[in-house]
Amino acid sequence: MKRRILYPGTPPVILGCATVGGRREKEGPFGALFDLTDKTDRFRKKTWETAEAEMQRLALCKALEKTGKSAMEIDALFAGDLINQCAASVFGLVNVPAPFFGIFGACSTLTEGLTLASLALENPGVSLTAVVTSSHNCSAERQFRSPLEYGGQRPPTSQWTVTGAGAYLLSGRAEEGCCARVTALLPGIAVDSGLTDSSNMGAAMAPAAADTFLSYFAESGERPEDYDLIVTGDLGAEGSSLFLEFLAENGCPNVKNHEDCGALIYDRKRADVHSGGSGCGCAGTMLANRYLPLLLRGEKRRILFAATGALMNAASVQQGLSIPGIAHLVRLESPENGKEKI
Amino acid sequence: MKFDKNKYRIYAKQHAGRSPLAKNCLFAFLIGGGICAAGELLYALFSGPLRCEEKESGLWVSVTLIFLSALFTGLGIFDRIAKHAGAGTLVPITGFANAVASPAIDAKSEGFVLGVGAKMFTVAGPVLLYGTAAGAVWGLICWILSRGRI
Repeated sequence: MKRRILYPGTPPVILGCATVGGRREKEGPFGALFDLTDKTDRFRKKTWETAEAEMQRLALCKALEKTGKSAMEIDALFAGDLINQCAASVFGLVNVPAPFFGIFGACSTLTEGLTLASLALENPGVSLTAVVTSSHNCSAERQFRSPLEYGGQRPPTSQWTVTGAGAYLLSGRAEEGCCARVTALLPGIAVDSGLTDSSNMGAAMAPAAADTFLSYFAESGERPEDYDLIVTGDLGAEGSSLFLEFLAENGCPNVKNHEDCGALIYDRKRADVHSGGSGCGCAGTMLANRYLPLLLRGEKRRILFAATGALMNAASVQQGLSIPGIAHLVRLESPENGKEKI
Repeated sequence: MKFDKNKYRIYAKQHAGRSPLAKNCLFAFLIGGGICAAGELLYALFSGPLRCEEKESGLWVSVTLIFLSALFTGLGIFDRIAKHAGAGTLVPITGFANAVASPAIDAKSEGFVLGVGAKMFTVAGPVLLYGTAAGAVWGLICWILSRGRI
């Protein structure tokens, strides 16, 4: 079996993070934890696309401010979103004086970025890297589905694209006050789900998510219960249930410590989001709003976190191509864990 | 991880929660019926107190419903009603008005020519094209059957 887990020589640390969200996200269970929100979802911009770009800019500025770093210190900046040609990342971060890498992994962009940012830190010339991801409900709906004001009914399996952006700063050196350490990485393989229904993304991503976690457990010899939490990005309620069935069929039954960012980001009874949230901004904000604080406070010590993406575009769906999924996994540990070992 | 894509496709479809069909039908009937009843009231108004002719009254009813749908679309109310009404707002002329007005609002940021002008019919375009084409074919059939007497 090919070895897929990467163990960084010196585990990089997540120095700090910041999140920006929209109105519906602010009303969700983690709404109070956003650094910045705007109830109009427009962030003082005229178009939804520039609003999303502004969210990326604000998230990075806030993360720099919180960690006391300057943009000049960033050696590599990885950013991605859902708009064609990564437009939100480009226009949001255009004046940031740091080497820029636009990345696309659909909703898995956060952990794709964290993986690349961690690997970049292996290079001796690189000491600070940043990851920024975003999605905006209005820019995404307009590009992938139907016009915003179009009157239609959505099926129960559909998900609501999160209006949110998250920025993360990673350092190769452990510093005081860092949130978490990245101790292992498992880059995902694109797995064709065989599904063609673009309103059931959770089901399209479940096989890829299961493949990533099962590969991790097979290679490491560990089990889901060895972790405090195993977290997926945006499978939603529908995809989560299929994901757990895949795990059960492949030797990991009764997983009790699974959480899905998409299933948790909204109050699903009240918010009319059907199967849950999705988009780069879903895992992109939930990691900072929920999971890093748990690690920082020491309430959880080890978390496996994999953002999940459905790799398609509007034309591929119309042409009847099936939707491949992907999930990149990062193992996050409480900063306290490292001290014990020393 | 190995899995059978064909089996999974069938399983995922079965696993997916169904739309509440009975509830959707009831709401479509009530709201769609309500819109049609409002149309009848408008017809009575135009043909009665406003003294329009029979054909003209029908036209005014359509124009009024189209105007109100476009207005409600612009005010952001239409999609909230349609979420519950489904086919009830889609099938009457209201659905068509919404299908033209909503992409026009979206595309405004790309300008009035390549935005609104080009993208206004992205949803309703197929209905216009194939509706017109079907009308032409049907007209041809009628003409042939009547041996050119139309």
